[in-house]
Amino acid sequence: IQGWLSHEMNPSVTATVKLGQNGKESGLGGLETAEVLFQTQSLTYSKIRGKWLVLAIAMVRFYMEKGTHRGLYKSIQKTLKFFQTFALLEVRIIPTSVLVTGVQVSSRIFMVWLITHSIKPIQNEESVVLFLVAWTVTEITRYSFYTFSLLDHLPYFIKWARYNFFIILYPVGVAGELLTIYAALPYVKKTGMFSIRLPNKYNVSFDYYYFLLITMASYIPLFPQLYFHMLRQRRKVLHGEVIVEKDD
Amino acid sequence: GKHVEILDAKTREKLCFLDKVEPHATIAEIKNLFTKTQGKSLKDEDVLQKLPVGTTATLYFRDLGAQISWVTVFLTEYAGPLFIYLLFYFRVPFIYGHKYDFTSSRHTVVHLACICHSFHYVKRLLETLFVHRFSHGTMPLRNIFKNCTYYWGFAAWMAYYINHPLYTPPTYGAQQVKLALAIFVICQLGNFSIHMALRDLRPAGSKTRKIPYPTKNPFTWLFLLVSCPNYTYEVGSWIGFAIMTQCLPVALFSLVGFTQMTIWAKGKHRSYLKEFRDYPPLRMPIIPFLL
Repeated sequence: IQGWLSHEMNPSVTATVKLGQNGKESGLGGLETAEVLFQTQSLTYSKIRGKWLVLAIAMVRFYMEKGTHRGLYKSIQKTLKFFQTFALLEVRIIPTSVLVTGVQVSSRIFMVWLITHSIKPIQNEESVVLFLVAWTVTEITRYSFYTFSLLDHLPYFIKWARYNFFIILYPVGVAGELLTIYAALPYVKKTGMFSIRLPNKYNVSFDYYYFLLITMASYIPLFPQLYFHMLRQRRKVLHGEVIVEKDD
Repeated sequence: GKHVEILDAKTREKLCFLDKVEPHATIAEIKNLFTKTQGKSLKDEDVLQKLPVGTTATLYFRDLGAQISWVTVFLTEYAGPLFIYLLFYFRVPFIYGHKYDFTSSRHTVVHLACICHSFHYVKRLLETLFVHRFSHGTMPLRNIFKNCTYYWGFAAWMAYYINHPLYTPPTYGAQQVKLALAIFVICQLGNFSIHMALRDLRPAGSKTRKIPYPTKNPFTWLFLLVSCPNYTYEVGSWIGFAIMTQCLPVALFSLVGFTQMTIWAKGKHRSYLKEFRDYPPLRMPIIPFLL
C-alpha cells in the first residue's frame, strides 16, 4: 500500500510519503535520501521539458526557413526517437497511474518506431506534423507542471494549461496518429513488411496490415477512457470535486 | 492515548476508529492495528468467542459483487477449447479456404495432437466434476469472461495453425514427436496423480488443510521437491505439446500459463510456510531447486 496516507493529489507530497516508507526506519538518512531524489526528479523533469522545447523550436525554425513541412520529420527524428524511447523510464518516475502512462508511452513508441521510422513514404504527411505538434505542446506543459509542482512554486496558469490544453490536444494528437497510420496502410499492404506468412517451420503467421487495422480500432475503446480520466482529474484539481473512482 | 480515525481515501467513508493509540506510535504500528482490526476475511466456521476483539465485536461487511460458482467457471472455460479445437481439426467451413472444407490433414502428428489436446480437456472436465474439492464456493462473475477469453482465444489461435493445410511437421520428425508424446503422457499422469493425492488429503465436505506428502505413487514423489507439483506437471504437458506440434503459439501459451502458475505456486507455498511450522524446507514452489 504505497502512500495510502497521502492527503492530497499533489505529486510532491505523494513522493515524500513513498520515499519515507522505502527508507524504512532510517530517520535522518531517509529524509536526506528524499531530498536528493526530489532534486533529481525536478532536474529530470526540467531536462525533459528542455528537450521538448528544443524540439519545438527546431520545428518552428525549420518551418520558417523552408516554408514547408516536408522533410521536417527527417530533421527532427533523431531527437524525437531518443527521448520517446527514454520516456520508458517515465512509467517509473511519474506518480500517475501506471496503466494510463503505460498506454500513452507504448502508443508513442509504436508511432515513432513502427510507423514513422519504418515507413518512409509517410514521413512527409501533414498528419505527422499534427501529432508532433500535439505531443510537443502537451509534453512541455506537462513537464513544466511537474517541475514547478516539485519546487512547490506552481504558477496557476501552468496548472490551468496542464488541465485544459489536453481538451484540444488529445483529439488533435489522436487524429494525427490515426491519419498517419491510415496513410501507411497501402504501403504496408504492398510491401508485406513486418509480416510472416505460412508455411514456416514455427507454424505461426503475422500480418502487419491487419495488426494496424486492429490498432486503429483499439483507439475506439482506449482513447475515451484516457480522455475521461483526464477530464475527471481536471474536475478534481481545478474545481476541487471529490470523485469516487472505480478501482484501477 | 489518542484517537485515530482512518478514512477511505477515495470515498472518504470511515473505515476504522482506533481509540487509545499511544502518541509516540509510528505509522507502521497504526497500520498494524488497522489491518488487525480489518483482518483477513472470516471463515464460516469461525467462532465469535475465539475472535481477537474486545467487548464489542465490529464485523465489516464487504460486498464481493456478482459471484459465480467455481464449478461453472471451470466447466465453461474447459468445454470451450475442447469444442473449438475440433472445429479447426475438422476444418469446418469459413476457417480455411473453401477447397479445404472438411478435409483431413495428411500428417500423423496433427491427428495425434488433436487426441492429446482433447484428452487434456476431457481430463480437466472430469476432474472438475469428480476429483477437485474446492475451498471457495464462488468467484467474481467477471472472472468467467476473463478466463474464457484466455482459454478459448488461445485454443483457437493454436488450433488454427496446427490444423492448417500449410502446417509444417516438426523438424526432427517422428523422433521429436515420440519424445514429446512421452513427456506429455508422463506429465498428464503426474498431474492426475497429484490431483488425486490432494483430494485424498481432505475428507469430503471438510475444509481442513494438511501438508501434502509423497504417497506410494511414484508421480507424487515430486512433492519432495515442490509444493505444487500439479503445476509443474501441467507446464511439462504443455511443453511436450509445444515440442510435438512445433508451433510458436503453443509455446507462447505454455509461457503465459507458466507465468500464471508460478504466481499461484508462490502464493500457495507462502501460505503453507505461514500455516505450518514444520513445512519441509527443501521444497520450492514450482520448479525443483529453482523457482
